Amino acid sequence: MRKALQKRMEAQKYVWEGAIPLQIHLHESQVTTLPPPPPALILAPRIGYLPLLVPLIKPHFRSTLPPGVDTIWFEYRGLPLKWYIPTGVLFDLLCAEPERPWNITVHFRGYPGNVLIPCDGEDSVKWSFINSLKEAAYIINGNCKNVMNMSQSDQLELWHSVMNGNLEAYLRVSSKLKLATIEDEYTSLCSSKSQQGSGETDFTGQVKTGRVPVRLYVWGLSEDFDDLEDISQVDSWEKISYVNRPVEIHKEGKCFTLHDAMKNLLPEFFSDESLSDSKLAGVDFEDVQKIPSEDVSSNKVVEDRGQNAYEHREACYISSSAEIKLIRIQGIEPKLEIPFSWLVNNLLNPDHFLHICVCVKVPQ
Amino acid sequence: MMDVCNWDGTVSAKDFRIGALSFAQKWESLNSAFPPWSWVPCPKHSWLASHELLQEEGYLSLENICISRPNEEDIDQNSQTDPGEEETSCSEKEDDIDDATLVQSNHHELHYCDFHVVYSYTFRVPVLYLRAYCSDGRPLLLDEIEKELPACSSKELPETKWAFITQEEHPYLKRPWYKLHPCGTSEFMKLLFLGGDTAQPKLEVVLELYLLSWFSAVGQVVGLTIPCKMLNDR
Repeated sequence: MRKALQKRMEAQKYVWEGAIPLQIHLHESQVTTLPPPPPALILAPRIGYLPLLVPLIKPHFRSTLPPGVDTIWFEYRGLPLKWYIPTGVLFDLLCAEPERPWNITVHFRGYPGNVLIPCDGEDSVKWSFINSLKEAAYIINGNCKNVMNMSQSDQLELWHSVMNGNLEAYLRVSSKLKLATIEDEYTSLCSSKSQQGSGETDFTGQVKTGRVPVRLYVWGLSEDFDDLEDISQVDSWEKISYVNRPVEIHKEGKCFTLHDAMKNLLPEFFSDESLSDSKLAGVDFEDVQKIPSEDVSSNKVVEDRGQNAYEHREACYISSSAEIKLIRIQGIEPKLEIPFSWLVNNLLNPDHFLHICVCVKVPQ
Repeated sequence: MMDVCNWDGTVSAKDFRIGALSFAQKWESLNSAFPPWSWVPCPKHSWLASHELLQEEGYLSLENICISRPNEEDIDQNSQTDPGEEETSCSEKEDDIDDATLVQSNHHELHYCDFHVVYSYTFRVPVLYLRAYCSDGRPLLLDEIEKELPACSSKELPETKWAFITQEEHPYLKRPWYKLHPCGTSEFMKLLFLGGDTAQPKLEVVLELYLLSWFSAVGQVVGLTIPCKMLNDR
């Protein structure tokens, strides 16, 4: 059983050590010296946030900046970068073909307040992170009391562990939040082979059903493509659909895969299977009607499924030529048949959200 | 007959939409003098052609609401800091007030607010988003907005361990808006309906009155009230 836990630690370690090589250029409007300063070369943590790099960037460009008050923001080919999205997610989303190093531009003036939420440095990032964690806790536990009641020192230690990329410190503090994990179907499968009888006992705190915090970033393209290099650049955040919606996992005997999760989040793109979904929804309705005393939660589940079934039928007519071309999580392009629980247990960001980047082809 | 005892104070996306449309209709029929709430349908992906029936997502919108008027103190301050005003007062009697200047001051001091009610899939409750601006369109800063909040809310702010209003991205408009944190909503909705000693209502009644009850509590925070007619109706 230690093997299983060690394997999870291993994957998490890779995620926490993941980095994006950045080549940061100073915007020409702020260059006051000739020749212009060389770009800053920085290895940015995937799970970190761009404003946290400012202590490294500012000294590099200080001598060439014009006088005035700094309002630092980042941009990639004209697109302001949302600082509250983890750096690795921005890279996965905006670089269809991974660009190494990733060339981005830093500005010290002219903050685009109409597009970006204000950022007052590290504190803004910290509170944005903690609010995300609070939201994740609510999704998983049904309340966020453990996050709200964190002591000052724990809060600080947790934040420092994220800033410093210290996985062990993070695990130590975050365990106090008691966020239930989902049974890892892949790991439990391995363990059941090696130790036939003791599989279930050793997974305390894990549940088989529940809600998973997911943030989906969907980039819609009307052009078809076979090579990632052929894709045109994201030039506006209007092209990207942000879906902040939990995934509900129901253990119904079979393995819940990434495919099932994506069908849950983007039913429009699984039109071929909408008929079978309608049948399933029908069965669910029948089952509920047979229950003598209905309780609120099951009724709610049925309502949501019924709505999905309805959408699926309509989706047949709308998006028959729409399809998912690419899915990325932590820089990995997983197969649709991978158990969703493995992804959740190994590829979460420190805010306890699974950030998924999706590229879809849609009709003109 | 539904069992309301197990209800956790949340509402489904479908029931939210039904309740929002019902709320907007009731508001319009009972408050013809007041600007109406309207339902704004939003396809989940703006670049995906949306069929009529797929437009089930959306939000409730109430816009261009004037949320402040200057008091005497403000007028005096403006008069004292305005050089033009000083020059004018030199050429007139000391206690004579220029009506034109007064009107101008009133105009510049007016603040407006847009309110959007958006469903949260995380918390499974409605969430209030707002945007405040001057008559010339300049957005207000957070401390300027806090000045406009009812006194009871403003006084509570410094004492709150966690700020209950922050700037976040509007889920549909993708622009910075102010958001009232919804993490306590399901708890107080549960208390509103189940906390009393009276007989517990049926679930259908709860869901029908959900948005009206939610607004009667949340609206007070931002200075919006529900007219008596709506509360008495039903």
